[in-house]
Amino acid sequence: MKNFPLLGAALSRKKIRTILTWLSVAIAFTLFGLLQAVEVAFTAGADALDAKRLLTTARYSIIEPLPLAHLRQIEQVPGVTAVAYGEWFGAKYQNEGYAFPVLAVEAARYLDMYSEFTISREQREAFVKTRAGAVAGRRLVDRYGWKLGQKLPLSSEIHPKADGSTSWEFELVGILDADDPTVRGNTDVVWINAAYFNEGRMTGKDKTGWYVVRIDDPQHVRSVAAAIDARFANSPDETKTQPEKEFAIGFARQIGDIGALVVRILAAVFFTILILTGNTMAQSIRERSHELAILKTLGFSDRRITALVLAEAILLLFLGAGAGLGAAAVLLPVLNGVTGGRFPPLLVSAGIWGLGAAVALVLALLVGVPPALRARRLMIVEALAGRA
Amino acid sequence: MGNLVEIRGVTKVYRRGRETIEVLRRIDLDIAAGDFVALMGPSGSGKTTLLNLIGGLDRPTAGSVVFNGHRIDQLPSGLLSQWRAAHVGFVFQFYNLLPALSAQRNVELPLLLTRLSAAQRRRRAEIALTLMGLGNRARHKPKELSGGEEQRVAIARAIVSDPELLVCDEPTGELDRGTADEVLTLLQMLNRDHGKTVVMVTHDPKAADYAHRRLQIDKGTLVGGPCPT
Repeated sequence: MKNFPLLGAALSRKKIRTILTWLSVAIAFTLFGLLQAVEVAFTAGADALDAKRLLTTARYSIIEPLPLAHLRQIEQVPGVTAVAYGEWFGAKYQNEGYAFPVLAVEAARYLDMYSEFTISREQREAFVKTRAGAVAGRRLVDRYGWKLGQKLPLSSEIHPKADGSTSWEFELVGILDADDPTVRGNTDVVWINAAYFNEGRMTGKDKTGWYVVRIDDPQHVRSVAAAIDARFANSPDETKTQPEKEFAIGFARQIGDIGALVVRILAAVFFTILILTGNTMAQSIRERSHELAILKTLGFSDRRITALVLAEAILLLFLGAGAGLGAAAVLLPVLNGVTGGRFPPLLVSAGIWGLGAAVALVLALLVGVPPALRARRLMIVEALAGRA
Repeated sequence: MGNLVEIRGVTKVYRRGRETIEVLRRIDLDIAAGDFVALMGPSGSGKTTLLNLIGGLDRPTAGSVVFNGHRIDQLPSGLLSQWRAAHVGFVFQFYNLLPALSAQRNVELPLLLTRLSAAQRRRRAEIALTLMGLGNRARHKPKELSGGEEQRVAIARAIVSDPELLVCDEPTGELDRGTADEVLTLLQMLNRDHGKTVVMVTHDPKAADYAHRRLQIDKGTLVGGPCPT
């Protein structure tokens, strides 16, 4: 603490240079905050998934349906404690160009399987009992201002009705919500009753898109998945079973490996910052050789001088990182508003702050150690004589 | 009064590339506690090098430097730093104040190495500055002070941790006659009234008049033996 005046003096010695360096660090960390928020938003869905859940799809393509008859057989596999099933409905709401996820599900099984979603007992009962019933996620309900009991006219480009029309109508009987903010971020979804859908569809009757399987122990993931797939091996409807999280990550990567993209961009940005800040720090310490020699003359030890230079780098990087992440935290709500909630909510989470602090510390050490060692080795007599 | 500094057989050799320069050659010197010594000699004679050895800023190539009965030339770097902080105050020709810090903060610098509280550090720095007649200049940065004021701030910094020894390298080299006399009077006062031992390098015979004795160095050796001023 008592060395703060010295740190302040060091940083304020060339104010313009310090401000420009601080700004470049801040901008880099703003970008870091924004990109990390996007990356987290893309993987958060997977992170929130239950490790005890498996997803069984057709072996060669997830768009191939599976017979509903598989249900009983999967239930009989040792280690399986519950099975639900669902299918991609694919829908547009009125004239909205944005097609939100609509899944045809067996109501009771799906609600039991995804217990991280909350729904009142009455609404659950209504969903189970109402054949044309649908439940919608909180984010969609908020976005469109839907009310319970209203009709939801949805058109499906994938599943025409038996009469050839693509217009379906459901009754909103419940709202899916969540206590966990991450799960709530995934509530832009509508579930419709699979029995009603199966009855009304033109093609693919008595088929479903996938099965969701709950197992007794996460350690049995591989063995149970293998047992399920073995049961349908060499049949016309072979299956591929994998942990739900693995499936979700793979699905997200179909639009690009966001994580790898973010890492590459940030690596380039931070490498540039490393060069810029490192050069600035080195130059600053070279210019202050004389002053550091004075401090050594007064009794500041080599170790203390090393610590001072390192502290200067850490202070500069942390001030920049704090400002940058703070700016990202301010910008993201604006961005969320602009996108109208069409993407998962972007935010600078505690994890991003922690990661940012770790990155800032590593950068500070990389930037600070070389000049700190130079300062440590500084010979007083040589530096005072202007020969250092 | 006993010797504060005892130098025995001190030789200092510098190497510049392949060239070897013997700056000091087998110097023997005693400086009593409370003494005021002026080191004189032509440029390049080795007087600043000798001063650096006395102040623990450098180590001899051979020989010993003893302070209060303890060899300082063999102390490890960290302990030598501690020793300087506790026992030596430095005054330089070009003042060597940190430009970004106020006079008060500059004077407080040696106290950052102590366990004194911020309030105690501030109080001591105020006393030192007041003693130097600069009580009203505490908040000024070095560039806002005259040369004489800067040197008095440097002296305040040198005495603020109450060292026994003041090491002064051309303390009046940048000052006009009147200001130089003021600074030398302050050093004399610190020596006479506060018991500080002063070792001062100077080219100026009039500055040397303030000392108890003059030592002449030429080509790395003390010549003529000590002579009182």
